[in-house]
Amino acid sequence: MGSATVTDTTVDRAVLFEFLLRMGDSTLVLGHRLSEWCGHAPALEEDIALANTALDFIGQTQLWLSLASEVEGKGRSADDLAYLRDARDFRNLLLTERPNGDFGKTLMRQFLFDAWHHLCLGALLGSSDARVAAIAEKASKEVAYHIERSRDLVVRLGDGTAESHARMQEALDDLWPYTGEMFVNEASDVALVAAGVAPPASLKAEWDALVAETLSEATLKKPAEGHMHKGGKRGIHTEHLGYVLAELQFLQRAYPGAPW
Amino acid sequence: MSSEWPLWEVFIRGQHGLNHRHVGSLHAPDAEMAINNARDVYTRRNEGVSIWVVRSSDIVASAPSEKGPLFEPSNSKVYRHPTFFDIPDEVGHM
Repeated sequence: MGSATVTDTTVDRAVLFEFLLRMGDSTLVLGHRLSEWCGHAPALEEDIALANTALDFIGQTQLWLSLASEVEGKGRSADDLAYLRDARDFRNLLLTERPNGDFGKTLMRQFLFDAWHHLCLGALLGSSDARVAAIAEKASKEVAYHIERSRDLVVRLGDGTAESHARMQEALDDLWPYTGEMFVNEASDVALVAAGVAPPASLKAEWDALVAETLSEATLKKPAEGHMHKGGKRGIHTEHLGYVLAELQFLQRAYPGAPW
Repeated sequence: MSSEWPLWEVFIRGQHGLNHRHVGSLHAPDAEMAINNARDVYTRRNEGVSIWVVRSSDIVASAPSEKGPLFEPSNSKVYRHPTFFDIPDEVGHM
């Protein structure tokens, strides 16, 4: 915890809090999206695999939001942050709140996110904040498996039947405008990058390479760079997040403080 | 969809060494996905350190109808159990 104390003095607490919310909210919302598949996936094995991934994300959320709670220091627990904030206060990437669509679309969303997540956590292993590095260390093992699995399935379905190929291409075209946000640096990022807490925006080149290689193997056509949606990092969300939160937060909103 | 995928038998070696043990079966289109699926279906509770999968169709099994000729003869051969030897104390636990 020695280096943590140093970090608290060099990086604005509010800025660090925002960064931790981004990490934790993205894993929370995507974890919830994946949990919607429970009992509905096309095969039992895929059903369990998706549920496992969802649980990995919920576990990571617990780590990120617990640290966010500690950094904020206002007595809001990780659970309070997850269950009692409104959409405007969420900092997840818009990509993570996109509806599941069909199985192929869920996998494409997963791959595009995993490719970023994997690189991001790899960079965070070297964070100057020991607490951030420790979470990245634990999460990166889980995410190494996520990317292996989603990449494999994107290739199999892209380079599969005419039907699966068409669905994967459609999913890619539909989700592509939500990928740019991962590499947009908000003003608050600059301080974090400067302090070595957050990864630099240069993840984009590596992400582009990983995605291009996978899409080519999957015989899918990378969409042209066009308009990119953004706003998730600032709390400007699509209409879908409200529905996610209505379901996710229902119990705590209806029965405040209800314990498990 | 899963009905089109072949069946695989899964063997897991537990945390404490020992041999791979049969834990169940699953469906997968090929060996690589069978390993991934086995990881997801059978090692969720920290059960294993190594996975083997084999196509169920590649397993050759004894016929249940042969049970009598195959196994009954050994019922009456109690002398095949090494329980009739006096083990010297200095040998210790065997």
